[in-house]
Amino acid sequence: MPRSKDHLKERAKKVLERGEAGEIDLKGYDYGEPGEEEVKPEELPEKLLRRAEEVGIDLGSVSGGTYLQIDHNVAYTMVTDYLKKQGVLIMSTLEALEKFEWVKEYYWKAMPVDTDKFTAMTELNLRHGYFIYVPAGVKIDRPIQACLMMRTKRIAQPVHNIIIVDKGADITLVTGCAAMVNEGLHIGVSEFYVKEGARANFIMIHGWAPDFNVRPRTAVIVESEGTFTSYYVNLYPVRNLQMEPRVYLHAKARGYLTSILLGKGDSTMDVGGRLEFVGRGSRGEIISRSIITDQATVIMRGRLIGRATEVRGHLECRGLLLSPNARSKAIPELEAVTEGAELTHEAAIGRISEEELNYLMARGFTEEEATSLIVRGFLDVGLDKMPKRLQASLRSILDTVAKLSKG
Amino acid sequence: MVTLLRVERLRVSVGGREVLRGLDLMIRNQEVHVLFGPNGSGKSTLLATIMGLPRYKVKEGRVLLLGRDITKLKPFERAKLGIAMAFQNPPRVNVKLGYILERLVKKYDDGILNELNALGIAHLLKRNLHHGFSGGEIKRVEILLTLLQRPRVALLDEPDSGVDVDSLNIIGKVINKLVDEGASILLVTHMGHILRYIEHVDLAHVLIDGRIVYTGEPKEVLNIVLKKGYSFFKDASRRREVYAEIEGSPKGKS
Repeated sequence: MPRSKDHLKERAKKVLERGEAGEIDLKGYDYGEPGEEEVKPEELPEKLLRRAEEVGIDLGSVSGGTYLQIDHNVAYTMVTDYLKKQGVLIMSTLEALEKFEWVKEYYWKAMPVDTDKFTAMTELNLRHGYFIYVPAGVKIDRPIQACLMMRTKRIAQPVHNIIIVDKGADITLVTGCAAMVNEGLHIGVSEFYVKEGARANFIMIHGWAPDFNVRPRTAVIVESEGTFTSYYVNLYPVRNLQMEPRVYLHAKARGYLTSILLGKGDSTMDVGGRLEFVGRGSRGEIISRSIITDQATVIMRGRLIGRATEVRGHLECRGLLLSPNARSKAIPELEAVTEGAELTHEAAIGRISEEELNYLMARGFTEEEATSLIVRGFLDVGLDKMPKRLQASLRSILDTVAKLSKG
Repeated sequence: MVTLLRVERLRVSVGGREVLRGLDLMIRNQEVHVLFGPNGSGKSTLLATIMGLPRYKVKEGRVLLLGRDITKLKPFERAKLGIAMAFQNPPRVNVKLGYILERLVKKYDDGILNELNALGIAHLLKRNLHHGFSGGEIKRVEILLTLLQRPRVALLDEPDSGVDVDSLNIIGKVINKLVDEGASILLVTHMGHILRYIEHVDLAHVLIDGRIVYTGEPKEVLNIVLKKGYSFFKDASRRREVYAEIEGSPKGKS
C-alpha cells in the first residue's frame, strides 16, 4: 500500500469530507503550529512539575529518557548517554519522519489514517508526539517517560506517537497526559510495534480537566512471542473520553490491558480494549475496574477476537457505583472465528453492600475507612503483571484514585 | 473480679420480630461463657447486638462495657473499646485478605505470618475475603481476625459448625490463646464440639425463646442438652426436673 505523504493526506481529507457525526466539533479549537523551543527542565514552572508528577512523570529524575511536549511545542527531550550508545532514539515524530526514511514504514501502518475523523485530523494537523526506537536486544531497566501537557485554553493537541521495540528488546514506557487549563481537545494517535520476542510495558496516566475532550487512538502489533502489557489510569473528570486500543497478537504473543477509571463530576467515559488473536497460541487478558461517582457515566467495553487456533483470552469488567446518579455499563464481546479459541468474560456492576460495610465496621474500621478499604481493594488488579520496580509507584497512584473517589 | 460486660433486660427485634425478650448476662474478666440454644433462640442475635450491628434494634435494656453504656455506639466504636466478633456467616468482602490484615494490624510482621501458617490460611492472602473459602477456612480466618483485634471481649458465633477435627483443634488453640492474652469469651456453639478443645469454660447458659432459662456448669449442661434435647428446658413446669438432674451444681439456678 503506498504511504506517500500526499496519499495519506488525501485519505484523511476524504474522511473529513464525509462529515462524520459526533458531539465534538473539531473546528472549535486552535491548532497552532508545531514548535521546537527548548525549555530547560530547571526553568519549568513549579505548577507544571507538580502536575506532571500527578500523572506519574518525574521531570527531575534521571530516567532512561524523557520526552516533554507542552501544547504544540517540544519542550525537552533527553536520552542518557548509556542508551544513546546502544542506539536508543527519543525525539518528536515530526523530527523522526524528517531524519529517517525508514520511519515512514511504521507511520499509519498499525492504525489506518482513515479510521475516523480524529486520526484524519491528526494527519492533517500533526503537532509532534513522541517517537521511540529501541534496537534489537536492548533491555532498558529504567523507564522511559513521555509527558504531554496542555496549558493553553481551547487548543487542540493532535499528536502521533510511534514506539518501536525491536527484536528481543525490553522497555517500560511511562506516559502522563495532563491539563493545566479547563478546556481543550487531545487526540493521541499511538502506534506500537513490539517485534519478535520483545517486551513493552506501557503505563499511561491521564489527568484531564472537566471541559476536555479526549480521543486516544492506539494500535499495537505484537509479533511472535512478544509481550505488550498496558496499565491505564484515569484520575480526573473529563467531559468526554473515548478510546478502544487495538492489540494484534501474533503467534505465541501475549497482550494484557488493565484500565482503572475514576468517573467523577459530569464525566462521560467510554473506554474499551480489543485483543485480536491473529497468531496461533497467542494469549491475552483485558481487565477494567471503574469507580463511578457524582453524575458520571462510564461505559466499559472489551472485545476478544479469536482468529487463530489454540488462543486463550479473558475479559473482566467491573464497575463500582458510589453515588445514586452514577451510571455504568459493561459491554463485553467475544468473537471466535476459528475452532479452538478459548474466550471467556465476566462483568459486574454494583454498589458497596451494607453487609460488607457493617462487617468491616465490626472489625474496627470507621464507615469512611471501610468504604475506602473496599474501593482500594476493588482497584487492586493487574500490578503483578508490571515490573517490580514500578509496582510501588503504581500502588500509590491507586491510593490516589481511592482518595479522589471520596466526595 | 471486675465485671467486664453486662447485658441488662435486653429486648431486641430483627426485621420487626422480637428475638431477645428480656435477657440478662454478666461476664467478668477472662471468663469463658458458652451459650447453648436451639435454632432461632436468639444466640446470634445476642452476639450481633453486643457488637452493635445495625440490623439488630434494641427496644429496651442496655449493654455495658466496664460500666459504660455502649448501647448506642456504632460497631467500630465498640471494636475500638475492645469488642470483636467472629461471624458465623460472614459476608463475602471484595478486598483481599492480605490487604485487610495490613490495615488491621499496626505492625505487620513475622508474628502474623506464623499465625497464618499455623492456621493454614497463608495461601488465602491474595484472595478476596471469604470468596470461595471452604467452611473451615472461613472459621479459621474469622478467629484469626478476631485474635488480631486484641479484644477484651471476643464474641465467637459457632466457630465449630461445619468444620473438621483438624480445624476444631486449631480453632480451640486460638481460643485458648485469646484467653491467655486476657480476653473474655462469649461463645455460641450448636453441638458443643469445640468445648473439648478449650482448656477452661466457666459457665454455660441455655437460651430459649430470647431468654436465658438456665445457667450452670458447662459439662453438665451439655450432657443434658445432648441427652434430652432443648425441649427439656422449654417447659417451665419441667425446669425443676432439670435442676434435679444437675443437682450439686451451686450455680444451677436461672
